[in-house]
Amino acid sequence: MTKRDKQNLRMGLLFISPWLLGFLTLCVYPLLSSLFYSLCDYSVLSPAVYVGTDNYRDLFTDAVFWKALSNTLFFAAFAIPLGMLVSLSLAILLNFNVPGKGLFRVVFFLPSLVPMVCLAVLWQWMLNGELGLINNFLRPILSGINHLLGTSLAAPNWLMDARYAKWGIIFTGLWGVGHAVVIYLAGLQDVPRHLYESADIDGANFWHKTIHISLPVISPVIYFNTIMGLIGSFQVFAVPYVMTGGGDGPERSLLFVSTYLYQNAFDYWNMGYACAIGMILFLIILALTYAATKLSERHVYYAGK
Amino acid sequence: MKTAVRLFFHLKRFSLLALVCALGFAGCKEKPGANAPVVIKYWEKWTGFESDAMQVIVNDFNASQNRIFVDYCTVSQIDRKLMLATAGGVPPDVAGVWSENIPVYAENNALTPLDKRAAGAGITREKYTDIFWKICSHRDHLWALPTTPTSIALIWNKKLFRAAGLDPERPPKSIAELDEYNRKLVKYRPDGSLEAMGFIPGEPNWFDSMWGCWFGGKLWDGEKTITADAPEVLAAYQWVESYPKRYGSSQLLAFRDGFGNFASPQNAFFTGRVAMVLQGVWIHNFIKNYAPPDFEWGAAPFPTADPANLPNVTIAGCDVLVIPAGARHPKEAFEFIAYVNSQKVMEKLCMGQRKFTPLRDCSPGFLANHPNPYIKVFADLAKSPNATALPRLTTWTQYSNDLVNAVTRIQSGNTSATEALHDVSQRQQQVLDRSLARWKRVSPKLTDEWTNQ
Repeated sequence: MTKRDKQNLRMGLLFISPWLLGFLTLCVYPLLSSLFYSLCDYSVLSPAVYVGTDNYRDLFTDAVFWKALSNTLFFAAFAIPLGMLVSLSLAILLNFNVPGKGLFRVVFFLPSLVPMVCLAVLWQWMLNGELGLINNFLRPILSGINHLLGTSLAAPNWLMDARYAKWGIIFTGLWGVGHAVVIYLAGLQDVPRHLYESADIDGANFWHKTIHISLPVISPVIYFNTIMGLIGSFQVFAVPYVMTGGGDGPERSLLFVSTYLYQNAFDYWNMGYACAIGMILFLIILALTYAATKLSERHVYYAGK
Repeated sequence: MKTAVRLFFHLKRFSLLALVCALGFAGCKEKPGANAPVVIKYWEKWTGFESDAMQVIVNDFNASQNRIFVDYCTVSQIDRKLMLATAGGVPPDVAGVWSENIPVYAENNALTPLDKRAAGAGITREKYTDIFWKICSHRDHLWALPTTPTSIALIWNKKLFRAAGLDPERPPKSIAELDEYNRKLVKYRPDGSLEAMGFIPGEPNWFDSMWGCWFGGKLWDGEKTITADAPEVLAAYQWVESYPKRYGSSQLLAFRDGFGNFASPQNAFFTGRVAMVLQGVWIHNFIKNYAPPDFEWGAAPFPTADPANLPNVTIAGCDVLVIPAGARHPKEAFEFIAYVNSQKVMEKLCMGQRKFTPLRDCSPGFLANHPNPYIKVFADLAKSPNATALPRLTTWTQYSNDLVNAVTRIQSGNTSATEALHDVSQRQQQVLDRSLARWKRVSPKLTDEWTNQ
């Protein structure tokens, strides 16, 4: 390394030092301390006592943890594809060159500006079993179906009934797809025009162009949104926490891993146990992100790179 | 390696301090001045008129002498912030927490024992209603002194009683009678859905973990065994189970889903959708603020399974003042706590918050001039031999959460009370065993420290 290289390195390090410092203190240190405390009996106020893998062993036999994990997996399994379908469909529609498209884009983005807590309170009432707008809309439809088919379908008690509670949260999540829509829209506008023109000459219709041009070209954007959705779904916390008033929902149907982690850390004084939950969550997200990367390698198009 | 470990713990302390600064200090300011009196920081959870009542007491104390200045600050989620502040080494000098926080704070060495200071100031057990002194003690040490106490009772809507042909001045005394009254008060809409009920266990769900008390049950043996599936507790939850069985699980869920927030005019009790509720001494304030002006109500001991042998059952609790471990001015902090616990000051505070006094002695005008017409019912319930506190367990938050979840399982109609309580008992026994193992490990050192403080 020449003297000039060394000087460049020093200057480079100096310029990225604010980020490095933040990364070390706010990411690396919490991660390492979390790993350390996950091996301890630690209540924050008492000194941490090393207990080996006890916390992890207890976790594997903790029925509530498994319930929280299964709720989180269920949520992720439906919220991610549904969110992607809705946001991608909206982005494709908003990409049409129609009069007032700017207004439509604003209208569909606006709900994602609503803070999480307001969103949760708003949807708590929308999903209210007796007075909610959703059920007011559903009741006449169900009544018509019952009349025609002789069934006895009833509008669900969304947040009070364990069978429907998670669906309520999944639908609530769709309210905030605006951010993903904007990213998809940006991707769609970057698709080279000449590809569409060539397809037009070949007689391709809208679906052909969407499937064979738009989606492959924006595949890196789809990949990015999938990974972000995956991380977000596994960290779901604020909306169910507010909707259940800090509780677990009916029959623990709205207890997610992040909520259980929070309860152990701050309600039950089991910081060591909470750190172990955090490490498991970290490993799950890491593994799924790795799997998503590997699975999508052959399907993501980076302009020939 | 040693340096790395030291750096790790420095960083830990720094991050906790930063968190505490971010969470708790906004809005608190210290009184300036070179020859200023000792400033003690006092964190309290109250807001609104309850906070105003304590502000008057703080102002009186600050005006009564010039050695100590109490810097009073309302802090939300005080139990969590106090934990972080104490761990970060910057706790307030006095904190107002809930009595159920004491066991977990004490066993984690987060509080200063008050035994010697209380004895020195002539503050003894005899001055307090039994239950409140017990609540402030844990593991044979005194950790707190009370501020405002509570007890809970049956509250009923007299107009609805009258409309259903019931005597509005005669509340039910037994659980069987409560169910009978409920049947007379139930109303259905033309479509068959529930419009109103007399009583519904779990509205609100604040006491879902304690139904066993009114059936003579206990949730643990006081030492090392969880008894969530004891016959008396089971009988209580089978009674809870009888409601969805009688009215239909979905029907009841839909009915409850239509209730508004507790602190609002849409409260199911204030709108007449539920005629009887289990509520505390604070209900008077909510009725005043949110119920219709012509609302007629009464308060009496909540019915029990066996009123002849098990009368006047209540759950008593209180807000308490503690000195966190590591407080900078414990002597001055205790002086303020002792001031609050003098009879005249305590009555002023409790009157300001419309509650009764935790002290045995009560001036003649206190109950007579009290704005809550049923204050004596609540005060007498707290003195009853059947008054009980929330279990003095460090694992109570988890235990209570499990019991509330058991009630949701029972109410769904998918799980029997027997199965739900069996699950709670098994799980909580493991949790308690872990907690006791932790206590066994730290107790020799801690008890020595506490005795010498």
